[in-house]
Amino acid sequence: MIFSIVVQGAPHSQQSAESALRFARAVLAQGHGIYRVFFSGDGIHNGSALATPQQDEGHIIEGWQALAKEHELDLVVCIAAALRRGVMNDEEAKRHDKLNSNLADGFTLSGLGQLTDAAIHSDRVVTFGS
Amino acid sequence: MSSKSFLIVSRRAPYASNHAREALDAALTAAIFEQDVAMLFLSDGVYQLLNNQQPGTIGQKNLGANLQVLPMYDIEKLYVSKRALDERSLTTDQLVVPVQALDDAEINTLIKQQDLVLNF
Repeated sequence: MIFSIVVQGAPHSQQSAESALRFARAVLAQGHGIYRVFFSGDGIHNGSALATPQQDEGHIIEGWQALAKEHELDLVVCIAAALRRGVMNDEEAKRHDKLNSNLADGFTLSGLGQLTDAAIHSDRVVTFGS
Repeated sequence: MSSKSFLIVSRRAPYASNHAREALDAALTAAIFEQDVAMLFLSDGVYQLLNNQQPGTIGQKNLGANLQVLPMYDIEKLYVSKRALDERSLTTDQLVVPVQALDDAEINTLIKQQDLVLNF
């Protein structure tokens, strides 16, 4: 079965981010596919390269990156939600005259159309809310 | 493009968080992609539908006014929980767009009929 996952919770703030990551691992471990993980609302903070949790806590963002690398996951951060909250890639940082970008490696910025597209191409869409 | 039936469930009050705005954006985007979109307002989400909202005083844009554009995007299937209205002493004539009030059994049926449900 092909899944897509929507993440609305910020990492290290709401359990939904970690639950989504654990669900993604379980889906893949069971032999299913993931078409896309879409981060919206406060979930966009899952794509921040600057998050630095304490060493004795799990690192959710690195968890997404490792899973994406192993399974070639499409991790898409909602661009409108991300810009509002200060997460952006080099291109957007330049466009908006910011000193730095902070989108973590392995994530891409794109529009809400990617959520609709994911829904069209997946058998199940599972939302981890906030 | 293939088309699926989308039900956008919006169950948060309009201005305490951005969930209501995100639900509306998701609905409009799916409609632009020519999907079959319906919206269901549950719980405190019914407050989004109240007419005469004046959120300018708290620096927010009028969500009720935005909901009025839904029919222009061919989103005409708008549903609200009858129980959510009753619990808040609201009636459909206080709402900013025409919506169909459903009881819990009808909501159950509505959800079952969808290809996809997105929760906000």
